[in-house]
Amino acid sequence: MRTREEELKSLGTDFTFGFIQVMDGEKDPRNLLVAFQIVRDLVLKGYALGPFVEELFEVTSCYFPIDFTPPPNDPHGIQREDLIVSLRAVLASTPQFAEFLLPLLIEKMDSELQSAKLDAVQTLSACCAIYGPKELQAFLPSLWASLRREVFQTASEKLEAECLGALTALAACLSHAVLHADTHDLLDAFLSSVLKDCRHHLCEPDMKLVWPSAKLLQAAASASLRAYHHIAGSVLPLLLEQYNQHPQGCNLGPVLAPLQSSQRRTILEMLLGFLELPQKWGHEEGDETVLLDVRGPLCSVVSSALTDPSVQLQVVGVRVLTVLGTLPGLLVASDLDLAVDHLTRLVLHEEDPQSSMAAMEASGTLAPAHPGAFTDRMVRALAQELQTERADEGTRHQRCLQALAAVSTHPSIVRETVPVLLQHLRDLQRGSEPGDTGKMASLCRSLHRMAVQSQHDPESCSFYHRAVVPCLLGLALQAALQEDALLAPGKALLEEEALTSMVPIISAASTHLSPELAVQSAALMVPLFLDGDVSFLPQNSFPCSFQPFQDGLCLAAQRRLVILLMAFICSLPRNVPIPQQDRLLRELLALSCACDCPFAATAAAKCFAGLVNKHPEGAQLDEVLQLALNRLEPGLAEGPHRTQALGLLLWVTKALVLRYHPLSSHLTDKVLALLGDTELGPAAAEGLGLLLGDAPDVLHRGCHADVRLMYRQRFFTDNVPRLVQGFHAAHSDVKANYLKGLSHVLNHLPKPVLVTELPTLLPLLLEALSCLDGGVQLSTLRCLQPLLLEAPRALSPHGDTLVTKFLSLTDSPTMAVRIAALRCIHALTSLPTPGLLPYKARVIRALAKPLDDKKRLVRKEAVVARGEWFLLGSPGR
Amino acid sequence: MVGPGLGPALENANPLVFRRSGERPVTAREEDDDLPDAIDDREIFDLIRSINDPEHPLTLEELNVVEQVRVKVNDAESTVAVEFTPTIPHCSMATLIGLSIKVKLIRSLPERFKVDVHITPGTHISEHAVLSSTVGMTAYYLKK
Repeated sequence: MRTREEELKSLGTDFTFGFIQVMDGEKDPRNLLVAFQIVRDLVLKGYALGPFVEELFEVTSCYFPIDFTPPPNDPHGIQREDLIVSLRAVLASTPQFAEFLLPLLIEKMDSELQSAKLDAVQTLSACCAIYGPKELQAFLPSLWASLRREVFQTASEKLEAECLGALTALAACLSHAVLHADTHDLLDAFLSSVLKDCRHHLCEPDMKLVWPSAKLLQAAASASLRAYHHIAGSVLPLLLEQYNQHPQGCNLGPVLAPLQSSQRRTILEMLLGFLELPQKWGHEEGDETVLLDVRGPLCSVVSSALTDPSVQLQVVGVRVLTVLGTLPGLLVASDLDLAVDHLTRLVLHEEDPQSSMAAMEASGTLAPAHPGAFTDRMVRALAQELQTERADEGTRHQRCLQALAAVSTHPSIVRETVPVLLQHLRDLQRGSEPGDTGKMASLCRSLHRMAVQSQHDPESCSFYHRAVVPCLLGLALQAALQEDALLAPGKALLEEEALTSMVPIISAASTHLSPELAVQSAALMVPLFLDGDVSFLPQNSFPCSFQPFQDGLCLAAQRRLVILLMAFICSLPRNVPIPQQDRLLRELLALSCACDCPFAATAAAKCFAGLVNKHPEGAQLDEVLQLALNRLEPGLAEGPHRTQALGLLLWVTKALVLRYHPLSSHLTDKVLALLGDTELGPAAAEGLGLLLGDAPDVLHRGCHADVRLMYRQRFFTDNVPRLVQGFHAAHSDVKANYLKGLSHVLNHLPKPVLVTELPTLLPLLLEALSCLDGGVQLSTLRCLQPLLLEAPRALSPHGDTLVTKFLSLTDSPTMAVRIAALRCIHALTSLPTPGLLPYKARVIRALAKPLDDKKRLVRKEAVVARGEWFLLGSPGR
Repeated sequence: MVGPGLGPALENANPLVFRRSGERPVTAREEDDDLPDAIDDREIFDLIRSINDPEHPLTLEELNVVEQVRVKVNDAESTVAVEFTPTIPHCSMATLIGLSIKVKLIRSLPERFKVDVHITPGTHISEHAVLSSTVGMTAYYLKK
């Protein structure tokens, strides 16, 4: 047929008839697939069917619905789905089949077999795509009756969903008919019958068939705009009337009130379903006429829902409000003002956090559409609330802060809310008492959220950066430059927690800057830290000069602020030039090695590493790295600052490993060598986790760091053999360090790599299980558990060792270890059963003890594990 | 609707379905290594609520066969009592359900516990017969 189409077509109807005769009675699935394809081509490519349409239909439809189970070990791999789809394509290929197909489908929908019904409904949906109203006309009543019956009796969710889809397809097909002046409008007639059968259920007092009817109406309405107008026009007023017939819950007393609230909630959820449908079609003029007609009652219903005592009703009310607010042109100014007032009230005064959160999220969604209303009313109210002193400040203040952040989704709102938050920060700073760190933390969270929300709009982003960063720096400097800064009031800002929570804010505000602004900012920040140039800060009269990089005992507070420099400079895009970069790197290097305060030293090390990671290749970079090495060698060997030197080593190694720099292997060797050091060994082991883990503040892709693909796998391949060697050669005191280091490396690897390396690592892991250090035990167990699930065959020879060790670890004094051991015992059941059956009785007996463990979480794991072991070897498992 | 002609018809083809309770939230006390947690009613209920009903693809909780109020545990005295309610008075699966509950509890609780499983009084026509056959089957099972 592919190559000789013309000739075959010239044979006319003889070809068709001949083919029908050949195909009749075919049973082999492979042949059937080909046959269906041929019939499809016959129809679609316009071969002459002549009087044989019905026969052609008969010979294919006798296979419907497909009932085929592929034999086991079928070499051809033909599945039932393939045949179903192929046959469906045939049956739905032409409107000429309609008069025969539709009765067949109706008959099959009445059958008892679930699969037959499903197949029939799906075929109906496929047909509606190509049929016209003419073909469907005669069968509409029966089709509707069958679909309605199926949805009302909801045997299965899948069937219900397919029936609703078929109804939508039907209505869509009818909607596409061209109307003439005197023809009967099929769509109207069909929808009228749908409404007639479903509408009255919505009014039933006991609401039994409410949801199926609502779903049917929504499905029909979602077919096309015309259908929507027809159905919504009839249903929406009815629902609104129903809502008002159930009086407000608070007047009815404790027994009836919840019932009425839940009925109202059901009605409101149905309304929401209808209101969400127009979003499918976008917006055009004159679309909302049906909604405009009911605007008044809708708004009063929403108001009543938002003031109802039931929390669930409030939440649904908020959702409806969100949909109404996003439909352009629906709400007028007075409605909007009322809506914003309601939302403000819910955010501030409503006890239940659920409605409060819902109102906040809704504000965030609606604000871009109506920024003016929100700025005037909500932001003002929230700002006022923040300023009033109250005895029970806690929750309400927190909510204000959260809401201010949530609503800042539009540039003009950001301009209003940022100053409010910054003023609050200044107030906190001035009157700060101990215990203010909690408030500081929630304030910083809100600022961070606003930073993230502003990232995508260039205007908001630059405004935010210009407003917030100098302000934060100014406040921090003010606190640090006082006399006896660490003891004075206002020191809350200098606490490590507070400074650490400011880092994400500055970072988020700097990652998406435009190139010009980034260069400008860098040109201001670097001189601030290197030379104490405070000219760009607001309120820049300070008692003494800012010299964080100088030596001096009284400068301890100033040095902590280096972390703010790190937050900014390590988040800039890679091509932004850093002024005086050389000098900066040297100062950071000196600070990280010589400083007594670990917080400042780590901050300096991270900053140095962040810059080195992004530094372009060349002589300058080599020089800097050589300087670093020169500092590290003596620093690590001996002296008071060994830990700081190790910190610097780890961060620089990480920076170089990420960018595949050739010096990284030399540095990694140093780290591995330190595992054997008695003083620094444990820290070096933890350091391996740092090397491969994800740090939240520097050296990750979000802040434009140079992170190469698969650097973890490469690290693993290059270094694990040395780790293993080192372990075997090590003194028994320090073996634990090697094991800890190894388990950190393994925990960060993707599983497929781990599985292939398992044979070499397994002896080490098993030995790690006997190690007395709780941390090593825990990370080894956590490492082994997924391996048991994914590579059971590799582990099955060691069944005996594993069972013994896991059972002994269920006695550990640490809860986390007990839980991990029980999970491993559960995972053991994935090993091949014949190997496990000898241990079954022993394990079940041993697991009786953890069932009586004093901690509930441990007992839970023990129940799961023991239950699975009981089932080992039983049929059907 | 499933009709006749498909093998033995379901006894209760249209059961009332109740809502499943969510997972039990973990409290700070439960995460503390040192403070002991006693075994309470909710813990026992969590053990049995996901057992599947023999007839329907639903759990005993969703069919309201077991409810938390009908579970009584006393950790100090090592006793557990569970009352279950068959969905209809003539349910022939009652024995099977009772046995499933009992076995699950025996396998999941420390050996010191005495487990008592019986039908909620007044909800089954032959509750005494069911009770004795449950006990008998359990005794047989324990002997093995």
